[in-house]
Amino acid sequence: MVEGPAPNGNAAPADALPKVVVQNLRIRYGNHVALRGLDLSVRRNEILGIIGPAGSGKTSFLRALNRMDEFIPGMEVEGRITFDGRDIRRVRNVYALRSRIGVVFPLPVGLPLTVYENVALAPRLRGVRKASELDVIVERCLRRAALWEEVKDRLRSLGSLLSGGQQQRLTIARALSQEPDLLLLDEFSIAVDPVTTMRIEDVLKELKNEMSIVLVTNLVQQARRLADRTAFFLTGEHVETSDTARIFSGIVKDPRTHDYIEGRFG
Amino acid sequence: MTSASEQLFAGTSLNARDRRVEWLVRNLLGLMTALLILPVVIIMTLLVVRGGPVISWEFLTTAPVDGMTAGGIFPALVGTVWLVAVALVASVPVGVAAAVYLSEYAPDNWLTRAINLAIINLAGVPSIVHALFGVGAFVLFFRFGTSILAASLTLAVMTLPVVIVSTREALQAVPRAFREACWNMGATRWQTIRRIVLPNAVSGILTGVILEVSRTSGETAPIMFTGAAFFLPFLPQGVLDQTMAMSLHLFVIATQVPDAPDALPFGVALVLISMVLAMNALSIGFRVYVRGRKKW
Repeated sequence: MVEGPAPNGNAAPADALPKVVVQNLRIRYGNHVALRGLDLSVRRNEILGIIGPAGSGKTSFLRALNRMDEFIPGMEVEGRITFDGRDIRRVRNVYALRSRIGVVFPLPVGLPLTVYENVALAPRLRGVRKASELDVIVERCLRRAALWEEVKDRLRSLGSLLSGGQQQRLTIARALSQEPDLLLLDEFSIAVDPVTTMRIEDVLKELKNEMSIVLVTNLVQQARRLADRTAFFLTGEHVETSDTARIFSGIVKDPRTHDYIEGRFG
Repeated sequence: MTSASEQLFAGTSLNARDRRVEWLVRNLLGLMTALLILPVVIIMTLLVVRGGPVISWEFLTTAPVDGMTAGGIFPALVGTVWLVAVALVASVPVGVAAAVYLSEYAPDNWLTRAINLAIINLAGVPSIVHALFGVGAFVLFFRFGTSILAASLTLAVMTLPVVIVSTREALQAVPRAFREACWNMGATRWQTIRRIVLPNAVSGILTGVILEVSRTSGETAPIMFTGAAFFLPFLPQGVLDQTMAMSLHLFVIATQVPDAPDALPFGVALVLISMVLAMNALSIGFRVYVRGRKKW
């Protein structure tokens, strides 16, 4: 099933297309099938929440969107994914594709660089050289990731010396420094304290105006707070996707969805 | 009178036999370690005691005289520096490049595995075989004659596996998560290597290079047919000249010059081993320095 355009009346026709359309996506690791027959779309300027227990294929889905299967041994992706209407398999310049997609994983990866250089790396890779320009980008991204106030006096110290929660926000700032139109977040709040999590959630609500966000989360309530629509995955099966408000008010197509969000599972 | 707590420990402690075995194993392992250190201590003591008196500024800066029974070792010292330097220039770029390819680009398939196996085998080839290969390839086929160039290239081929293996290990020590984070941002392989992987592998790579230096400076067989001379009272002017070398000089005065004073070979050996130890110390110092500012 390919879902129709977002209900966004005055947008240009090209913008009315979903950002990402996934058709019959199947992901295998050797003999293990991680995801089968997934049809799903990510609309423009929405937060799509993906919930489901461990091993349901959520992370594999994110990986496929960024063509990470190319460097993950054994991972095989079948089916069709379009990004802005283009089949990502056919995109020759995979680097350009990836640079438009920001990725944040559960455990922060602070590159062995200074705080500043962590955020300046992506702009540098796309050719930004002027220090003044980089300064602006770095400050803007760190502010958006709710990290600026804590690190503005230690931009030249190593990113890996920050605390776990700070490193995760650094990772988010780095993803934003790519100026992505799609942001993939995989359980970003595992290593982050609750207060900071709330601050990042506020940031995500704002970012939604500029990009599409896919939020994989173990916290059902986080999906409820943030997501416009919520998808439920279960052991490689896409059970359903629906408006978050509907799902959480108990209007579900499949009783298993209800059981999961009510915590009556397994 | 036994208290309750003593009862408790009597019950949970290892029984007598286990504790005897523990004592035995610990002391046996310690003894083996002591045995390991013993030859090094003996060699160093012997060299310092018997060779030490020979060493002087003059010894280091003059040529041998009187049929190599007196004088210094200057041409051999300079020759060894030449040989090592040219060997490094030849082997480091090739070795590092090959290691980067094998570690960062090559797919994990049978061909890569075969190449890795070949590299390990190359490291196991006896040095005399490398020497004869050097004669055939560099002295005769490429017509470099017996020269520093031919000798250094032979040394380079011989030590290439050391450079490749140590470089590859240094690269592999950089966590894969860093690479994936970069790739996910849209960085190419080379951008990732240049900005993240190499800067963090440099210490390991340099350690390998220094290891190569210490090994190269001591090798005798690969240079004795390819470019190292028995006796040359003057210094080489370029890479196509022959040269004396410390290792061969030591071999010669110890075996071919019967009237050389007893202390002389010890002195030469002491200088050679000091060079090697100095390089190793440099390498350890460098590693300690880099580890102090390790970035993850």
